[in-house]
Amino acid sequence: MTPQELRLKRQALQDMVFRGSTRFFAFLVLALLAAIILSLIHGAWPSIQAFGIGFITGSDWNPVTEQFGGWNSIRGTLLSSFIALLIGIPVSFGIAIFLTELSPAWLRRPLGIAIELLAGVPSIIFGMWGLFIFAPWFADNVQPWLTEHTAGIPMIGWLFQGPPMGIGMFTAGLILSVMIIPYIASVMRDVFEVVPPMLKESAYGLGCTTWEVVWNVVLPYTRHGVIGGVMLGLGRALGETMAVTFVIGNSHKAIESLFDPGTSIAATLANEFTEATGTLHTASLINLGLLLFLITFVVLVLSKLLLLKLQRGEGAHS
Amino acid sequence: MTFGRKLLVGFGIAAGLFTAYASAADITGAGATFPYPLYAKWAEQYKAKTGVGMNYQSIGSGGGIKQIQAKTVDFGASDKPLKAEELEKAGLVQFPTVMGGVVPVVNIEGVKGGELKLSPTVLADLFLGKIKKWNDPAIAKLNPGVKLPDLGVTIVHRADGSGTTWIFTNYLAKVSADWKTKVGNDASVQWPAGVGGKGNEGVAQYVQRIKGAIGYVEYAYAKQNKMGYTQLQNKTGNFVQPDDTTFKAAAASADWKGTPGFGVVLTDQAGKDSWPITGATFILMQKKQDKPVNGTEVLKFFDWAYKDGDKASADMDYVPMPASVKDVIRGSWKQISDAGNAPIWK
Repeated sequence: MTPQELRLKRQALQDMVFRGSTRFFAFLVLALLAAIILSLIHGAWPSIQAFGIGFITGSDWNPVTEQFGGWNSIRGTLLSSFIALLIGIPVSFGIAIFLTELSPAWLRRPLGIAIELLAGVPSIIFGMWGLFIFAPWFADNVQPWLTEHTAGIPMIGWLFQGPPMGIGMFTAGLILSVMIIPYIASVMRDVFEVVPPMLKESAYGLGCTTWEVVWNVVLPYTRHGVIGGVMLGLGRALGETMAVTFVIGNSHKAIESLFDPGTSIAATLANEFTEATGTLHTASLINLGLLLFLITFVVLVLSKLLLLKLQRGEGAHS
Repeated sequence: MTFGRKLLVGFGIAAGLFTAYASAADITGAGATFPYPLYAKWAEQYKAKTGVGMNYQSIGSGGGIKQIQAKTVDFGASDKPLKAEELEKAGLVQFPTVMGGVVPVVNIEGVKGGELKLSPTVLADLFLGKIKKWNDPAIAKLNPGVKLPDLGVTIVHRADGSGTTWIFTNYLAKVSADWKTKVGNDASVQWPAGVGGKGNEGVAQYVQRIKGAIGYVEYAYAKQNKMGYTQLQNKTGNFVQPDDTTFKAAAASADWKGTPGFGVVLTDQAGKDSWPITGATFILMQKKQDKPVNGTEVLKFFDWAYKDGDKASADMDYVPMPASVKDVIRGSWKQISDAGNAPIWK
């Protein structure tokens, strides 16, 4: 065997080892995912057996009689995340547009860094800020005004009724929106920056306003990234625990307005896990965790499907 | 310094911290949050005196019970006493360390702390959501001379499962048949009304923020935060203020010796001075010790705490056990033995 062949052989071996180990790491992720799902199902089994599908729709949560239904928590998770997106997306969009299109160059860096810093603030800080500073201010200055001015408006009047306590579903959504804005905004900014200047310049050259350029050129070019950013934010909102627990009000009751205290899956888990002694109580909490896992999974699948549909649409156009 | 070197140094420091931590923690316990500040104080004083450390994790009573059953700690702690048959089944020994009271706290404009009087029925009806206004005739009748505003009642309860909730709902279930059938007694219950705060501090914060709120917290917490607590009517029919004399009165009339595992629930006790929502907090240990050396250390620790720890308890607004009860408890330690059935406490 010549030295040449020997080297080739060694290289082939190296490649094989390298390929094997990377494959192992990749499959490790899958194995972990499967292990988590299996252990969740195993832990939730007593609850699944006792309540079946009724666990999702049931709204009783009574540790004394051991009757558990997760609907109030599930709705709380979905509703607070929806409010967060409703407020977070437009604001993030505005931030990203300003940073990439309108801001003077000297302001871009400090603003961009500030947003990234906001993304790094631990969630417990948001929770404490929300409970001790934001909620009292909100209760005294905003809620009475909202209640007064929306009363009687059909469709949305009922949303803002109830005693102004500063805590509740709406506050939770607001705090969540503050938490996810940095994520969505920084992803949007990054993808807006990769739009080829030539495309934008031609649109400006044709006499488009900034809004028209953004809406018709930048956004279509970057929609994959934008949707990805929104999904990242949504993922954080769905699973956020501490900040929500502080301000959502933690009440397992059906809410009649957005100012009513409610609960979310993550908040229920954080509150009750330590003191859940009964088998069924613990299993029902794990069952809620499993449902949260499924919700996140469904959201991910839906966003992938949306992206696929968009891609197919592109093909049809050209 | 390269990144790798930095990482190595970081690990070195972390490892150093962990070994220091491990050697300090000689006996371990976990459980109830209510006595945590006191146990931490006792641990500090005990360590200064004997050099033996005690590491207590306040993970909640439910967690404490699970941990001692799994034998991951030397002792567990719970605010909720286990029943004789539960202790028997799990092979555990139980004894109380200190007592405390749970007090209703209110935020009503124009009503001073300790001024408002509530009867058991009114308290239960408030938490059931039946009484919706502070100027309700049922409250006004108990409080002639107190100006009660036309203000809505907002209930504040604990959101997390808690020994405090267990004691409070135990009392409500004793005094109100309605509460017993509709809600019941547990560490967390299905509240008919209100908002949930996380921990004593969460409840306190909500009560202080929401006008017309009523909640319940540990006495020490209400006192240290100067919250507006209420008087309560006890079993004898007297209205009493919450303080250590009324807590002691509740403990004095209890039958400690006759109750297995000292599992006395001090709510709604007879006696003209008894505060009706009083409770003790308990220690749980394995009856048969796998590590008798640790078991003996735990008993030495609590022996010291009964002897020299009362001052720390009183300073922190906990109520020490009566001296006669302490002796009975020490006597009960004889049932804890090593693998060879020899008692580890002499």
